[in-house]
Amino acid sequence: MNKSGGSKALLEIEDLSISFGGIMALAGVDLRLEEQEILTVIGPNGSGKTSMFNCISGVYRPNRGKILFEGESLLGLSPDRIARRGIGRTFQNLRLFLHMTVLENLLLGRHVHFRKNPFHAFMRIKREEIRHREVVEEIIDFLDLHAYRKARVADCPYGIQKKVEIGRALALEPKLLLLDEPISGLTAEEKEEAAYRIGEIRGRYRIAVLLVEHDLRIASRVADRMVALDYGRKIAEGTPQEVQSHPEVIRAYVGEE
Amino acid sequence: MERFLLYFISGLAVGSLYALVALGLSLIYRSTRILNFAHGDIASAGAFFALTLMGLKIPFGLVFIMALLFGSLLAMGFYFCILVPAQRREATLLGQIILTLGLGLIIQGLTSRIWGMEPQPFPFPLSDSKVWNIGGIYISELSVGTIAAGLLGSICLYLLVQRTRLGLAMRATSENLQAAQTLGIPTRRILAISWGTAALLGVVAGLFLAPLLLLDPFYMLEPFLKGFAAAILGGLNSLPGAIVGGLILGIAEGLAGGYISIAFKNTLAFLIIIAVLLVRPEGLLGEEFIERV
Repeated sequence: MNKSGGSKALLEIEDLSISFGGIMALAGVDLRLEEQEILTVIGPNGSGKTSMFNCISGVYRPNRGKILFEGESLLGLSPDRIARRGIGRTFQNLRLFLHMTVLENLLLGRHVHFRKNPFHAFMRIKREEIRHREVVEEIIDFLDLHAYRKARVADCPYGIQKKVEIGRALALEPKLLLLDEPISGLTAEEKEEAAYRIGEIRGRYRIAVLLVEHDLRIASRVADRMVALDYGRKIAEGTPQEVQSHPEVIRAYVGEE
Repeated sequence: MERFLLYFISGLAVGSLYALVALGLSLIYRSTRILNFAHGDIASAGAFFALTLMGLKIPFGLVFIMALLFGSLLAMGFYFCILVPAQRREATLLGQIILTLGLGLIIQGLTSRIWGMEPQPFPFPLSDSKVWNIGGIYISELSVGTIAAGLLGSICLYLLVQRTRLGLAMRATSENLQAAQTLGIPTRRILAISWGTAALLGVVAGLFLAPLLLLDPFYMLEPFLKGFAAAILGGLNSLPGAIVGGLILGIAEGLAGGYISIAFKNTLAFLIIIAVLLVRPEGLLGEEFIERV
């Protein structure tokens, strides 16, 4: 397993398994993600992609296996503790604060960086506030959200909402960003833009991105490496070209001949 | 006119207590979708606790604070020791509501066992019979205190929820628990604080109601139901709604009791609620949460 000669990966998953009432959503998946790497997990619906995300971010507790982030286990930690470790995520069916503005949603992403000591917070509240605003303003710039900053999220179009969710996860200043189908449901034009932005995220924030996607074309364009899942098992791993042309992957996507 | 103001103000005083009860109920409902049926009983436990402390000759200010703490700790204990384990075992929402009902019955049993069923007077520093004359209107000292308590409780809650980071975390948690968690908000601790805050508001109402009514294990039942009705009237998930609902209910009761008949007091209040809900089923200031599926 440790081909890289002892150098620690950012995220290491070993033998990850979880079942729901007899259905194995994940059956012994291994995965390794290096710093500043973009890895795409592909697979048909129900192949276990989102279950894997939910295990990493602490929403599900796996039945078996290991999840190490920066060499430390994440198992048994609550989702908020995992977020504090430096993992931000988005959801397939957006989970935004619909009654708040775009700006407020992004500022809430700064919550982990709020000072704990209330006295301290009182003393430095100005400087801290400025820093939070700066980070958020940069994200607004980066995602081109200026026109919507004061709009209630519920009133924003779907494509904007998806961007807000990515922005909110970025506001955490995570070391690892998990994107659950960031492209699905977008128009063709928005898809191109989103794919471009995902590459930019790494360039600008120097973080690793793990994304789940079933649009093969876009997925293979943004990824350094790809992993294919089917029925909770890893069926292929490698460069996007290798994975796309893998006979098992073709069978899973197109069906038996 | 004077009579009107008199009824209006006594209604306002009772209404501000209904508002406090309703605030506690909606605070819990909007963050957890649980109707806390033990809300009144936690308040009466706090009042009985205060009664015992007063028997020990502890100054009232201290008793007041300790009773509030007692109520909050009771509610937080219930959240951590009963609700959280139940949620881990995937209890349904209805199951959790029944748990609060169970807690209420347990508290009623324990208070009956410890303090007895006999109604007891509750010594309170503000008197119901001492009257102030403000511009020709006579207001009892207790009513003034009650209105002040309702006002202060509402303002403090408003500041907490709208103006602090804790409040922001509370709003985020109540709007979308999972999203709040992924942003690193410790939702469990936040919810425990919500339970504690709600109970605290309930105990404040309970302590101000105790001198008006006599203290027995069931004395909070009617105020609880009124607070519940007030919360529905205002819109269960709206905090300003709870205040508006409580005040309207109290004033309607006061006027109906004064002009028509004391016996008609509850009837009119609930007629108003039925009429409002027929027109606006979500309550006066309520808003249905929409979720994208």
